[in-house]
Amino acid sequence: MVRPVLSSARPSEGCAVVTGASRGIGAACARALAADGWPVVVNYRRDRAAAEQVAAGIAAEGGRAVAIQGDVCDAATARELLSAGAEQLGPVLALVNNAGVTADALALSLTDEQWDSVISTNLTAAFRLIRPALRQMIRHRFGRVVNVASVVGPAANPGQANYAASKAGLIGLTRTVAAEVARSGVTVNAVAPGFIATDLTEGVSRRLLERVPAQRPGSPEEVAHCVAFLASDKAAYVTGTTLYVDGGLSA
Amino acid sequence: MATDTQTVEQVINEALVSFGAEPGDITPTATLEALNIDSLDLAELSQIVEERFGVELTSSDVTEIATVGDAVALVASRA
Repeated sequence: MVRPVLSSARPSEGCAVVTGASRGIGAACARALAADGWPVVVNYRRDRAAAEQVAAGIAAEGGRAVAIQGDVCDAATARELLSAGAEQLGPVLALVNNAGVTADALALSLTDEQWDSVISTNLTAAFRLIRPALRQMIRHRFGRVVNVASVVGPAANPGQANYAASKAGLIGLTRTVAAEVARSGVTVNAVAPGFIATDLTEGVSRRLLERVPAQRPGSPEEVAHCVAFLASDKAAYVTGTTLYVDGGLSA
Repeated sequence: MATDTQTVEQVINEALVSFGAEPGDITPTATLEALNIDSLDLAELSQIVEERFGVELTSSDVTEIATVGDAVALVASRA
């Protein structure tokens, strides 16, 4: 059997969903994808004003975006987010699983709640979004999933056993799903940011910077450019991989 | 709502063709293996019949399907 040859070009219809996009890396990803012509769903959990500002900023630049509330930890949210996105902006052909939280403690004193909340938001929610998104993507023979992992996970970071497990899990999820769907024109990749200047890393010891060969924190935009590349036509043959965006921290 | 077997057969055959099977090779006794229909195609076929006929096929249902005729009969029996 000769399978139909797939075009690697993005279909003219279709939108991108970015979770946790009201600020930081997520907001930067939403802007970068919009700049590449993607209509974007700016998902947020709490900060409606910030999410609407991101969407308005995209519109001001001539792009299309809608802010949609939803806590990705809630199982029903995944389905609702994708169907609401599809209804307003077209089938979801790009998904950026960015929403992430931390709840740090040494493993000795890490509570069940701290463990569960981090695994639930950072890992389980990504899977719950990927599953329905793949349906739309496979049907369109085009899709881009980008999971925002971390340098923590592949490498140790004392105090973050839960976060490390969730991010290492994301990378494992990325590789296997990528292999499952590769022949459908759907790619699944991860980015692994290092020390990026965002609210999440505020208060992270400046001593960490001494370990970064680039000797500066990265910006959310520098991560977003890599996400936009992985979501683009140009990255059609890149799948199952993790792109480190860390100023050489993992080198 | 009763759905006739012919409609189910038509939808399944169209799906198989969209996966790349040769229309001339699709017969009730043709095995999915011979048509080079793999597990990802079957997952997609499950979605198509769910959307079209409201029939949910579990992954264990799908492993029971060997031929095109099996698929049509299983879906038609539940549609």
